Parts: sequence; C-alpha cells; structure tokens
Amino acid sequence: MDHDHGIGHGSVGHAPVQGTEAWGWALFDVLVVLALVTAAVGYAACRWAARGRSPWPVRRTEAWYAGLTCAGAGAIGPVAAAAHTSFTAHMLGHLLLGMLAPLLLALGAPVTLALRALPAIRARSLTRLLRSRYVRVITHPVVAAVLNAGGLWGLYTTELYQLMHGSVLVYGLVHAHILVAGYLFTASLVGVDPDPHRASVPVRSAVLIPFIASHSILANWLYAHPPVGVEVADGQAGAQLMYYGGDAVDVVLIVLLFAGWYSATRPKAAVDVPPGVQSTRDLQVDREP
Amino acid sequence: MSTAETSAGHGAGADERRGTGASLDRRTVASGFLFGCGIAASMIDLFIFHLGLQWHHFYDLSTTQVALTADGFFHAFGWFITIWGLFLLADVRRRTEVAWRQWTGAVIAGVGFFQLFDGLVDHKVLRIHQIRYDVDLLPYDVIWIGSAVLLLLIGILMLWRTRPARSTG
Repeated sequence: MDHDHGIGHGSVGHAPVQGTEAWGWALFDVLVVLALVTAAVGYAACRWAARGRSPWPVRRTEAWYAGLTCAGAGAIGPVAAAAHTSFTAHMLGHLLLGMLAPLLLALGAPVTLALRALPAIRARSLTRLLRSRYVRVITHPVVAAVLNAGGLWGLYTTELYQLMHGSVLVYGLVHAHILVAGYLFTASLVGVDPDPHRASVPVRSAVLIPFIASHSILANWLYAHPPVGVEVADGQAGAQLMYYGGDAVDVVLIVLLFAGWYSATRPKAAVDVPPGVQSTRDLQVDREP
Repeated sequence: MSTAETSAGHGAGADERRGTGASLDRRTVASGFLFGCGIAASMIDLFIFHLGLQWHHFYDLSTTQVALTADGFFHAFGWFITIWGLFLLADVRRRTEVAWRQWTGAVIAGVGFFQLFDGLVDHKVLRIHQIRYDVDLLPYDVIWIGSAVLLLLIGILMLWRTRPARSTG
C-alpha cells in the first residue's frame, strides 16, 4: 500500500478534498487492512488449534489466502486507487472483490475449520447459529443471488455509482456488500462447508443460469449506457471486462456445481456384479460391423 | 472390452435407475447433444465469429431489450449445457464404456441443431445480431442454415446407425 493512498482516494469526483474526508478514506484503508489481517491470523490460529485433527487439505489454505489477496487487491492498493478515475479498473476490482475472492474464500472452508478448531461447546453454538432461521434465509441460493445481482443492478443503473465515489461511507458499504453477497452466493451454490439446508442441484442450476444471464445482460447494457461521468471508451472496455471476466468465473462455478453432483452420485463399486453378466451395451457393441 | 467394467451398476440393485443400459444410452446421447449445442453456442460463436473473424460485434447498439435478455439467457445456457454434457459423459464413462460413435453423432446433431436455431431464431426472428454487417446477407444465411441442416442430418444418421438393439427388451 503506497503512502499517498489516502490522497489518491481524495481525488474522487475530480475535485480535491481535504480534512475529515481524507481522514475517512485513510480510515477505510486501515479498517480493510485490519479485517484482512484478522482473517489471515484467524485462519492460521484455527489451523494451529485443529492441528491434532485429521489433516487439513493444503489447497483449502491456499484458496483462503489467495482469496484474501484478491479481496485486498480489489479493495485497496493500486487497482482500487485507479478505480476512482477508471471504470475499467473499477470493474477489475469488482471482479476480484465480488467474484474471485468470494469463490476462493468459500473454497477455503472457513466454517469447517472453525468447527474443528473450537471447543465442543463453542462449536455447538456456531452450529446453532448456522442453523438459525436468519442464516438459513440469507444462505438460500435464491436470496443470495438476488442480494448479489440486485446489488450490481442497483449500483450501475442508479446514481449509487456516482454517490459512492463521493462518500467513503457509501463506498465502504457498497464494497462490503459486494464481498459478502458474493460470498453467500458462492457458498450457497458450490461451497464446501457443511450446509444443513443445501438446495438441490436443479434448484442451484435454476439460480445460476439466470444469474449468469443477468450478469451478461448488465455487461451488455453497460456497454451502451456507462454510468454518469464515465467516458465511452472506458465504459465499453469495462463492460467487456465484466462480460468475459464474469464468464471465466461463472464457468468455474458451473464446473464446481457439476463436480459436486459428480462425486455425490458416485456409483457403488461393482463388486456384487456376478462375473459373466453381459450388459446391453456389450450386445450393442458386438452388433457393430 | 472388460465385462465387469461395462456392466457396472447393472443388476447390482443399487442405483438401478441411473445404472441401466437403456438409461446409459440415453445419457450418452443427451451428453453428446448438450455438448454439441453448448460448443455451438459458447465456443463457435465466441472464438470464430467474435474473436477470430470479428464479424459479430460485442453488442449491436440497435438491439432491443428483449433481444438482449434472450441473448443473455442463450449465453448462460451455452456454458451450462457444455459443462453439463461433459459431466454426463464422465458419468457414463465411469459406469460403462462410452459408445464413442453414438456420442459423436449426438455432438454433430447438437451443433447442427443449435446452428439452425441460431440462424432462424437469433438472426431472423429476434434479430439479435446478423452474421456479418454491411454485406449482402443472403449467401451467408444460406450457407449458415444449409450447413446447420446438413450437420443435423449427418448427426441423426449417425445416431440412427448406432442405435442400440433394445427393441427386444
């Protein structure tokens, strides 16, 4: 994080700001760093506390820290600084914070790790919380998809986008929403953490397809109608980045959804098939010239 | 060909519904057809016409909201069914040997079906985009729709020639 970062934020809205507002942007950066450090240290502490349990797959740890890196890159640092004047950079930050980071963080299985690390009583409280009606509602794929896609449409089709760059409070809330809604959405569709109310594959597919459609429709729409104050070329480049970058993450989501189906429907080993039984497939293949 | 492998799930009692030969045949055809439609929708259009030839535009500004919405859903379905088709293929493969000719026939039929659909519905009915701009469209449309019909017929012929002998039960 460069030293001038707060001043970079200050140039938002093409008008220099000083005083309390600059302090607000600096405070935002500090809070983001604190949250990232807490998440990084917390995960490591949980791994340490659960060291006696069965081995923890390295790829989950890698996913978690890669996710934190993406979230950090999307919220603070050069990309986020450029995002105040460039719509394309904003979209890159949005892809990192709203799609890639949530995916990687969900694959880090933080709930599973916490359940392993906590003492039994605390783990039971956590399970109770996860089973509560509130959590059950917001982790339903339909609700999570509406929160996620609705947030995006609200951001780009209203004056929120302009408003956000003038107020650090709105900026912080929008970015927190993008990350949290993205996480809930990803976890509800392809999460590896235990989910007592996991929706069926057809339901999750029925949510994912309209979501992908709405994402590409919004990208197409933004191509023609960039937010107020965004140059045409910048708006078009950002919209295309949203379209193709979103596609790349969406394809990963579809693959993970089917991979879950694939391992859940694994056939039982064919040990009790009597030797010599011919399947109809054999007959058919034999028949061919 | 290993008998034990090809009859996996057959008569084992467990997962009877998914593991029988008839349903695996259907699954092979469904896999190929979905994959064929999917690569026509998501790959041929994207890689050849958008990125390669650059005949299509990213977004035709005269497009209506209805066409835009329809395009968004085609797009989402394109990726979804491509991957669905591949996972169905993987599922057939872990249960039995894949009838590759039958699968290939289904893929070709799927590509033909989708190109025909695209040529008729997207280009002509919804007019989401045209194949190419500032040219006489007729030869393009004839070649597009003609090749689609040809592929569909080849695919159906291959499926018909590799159909399983199941009428006897």
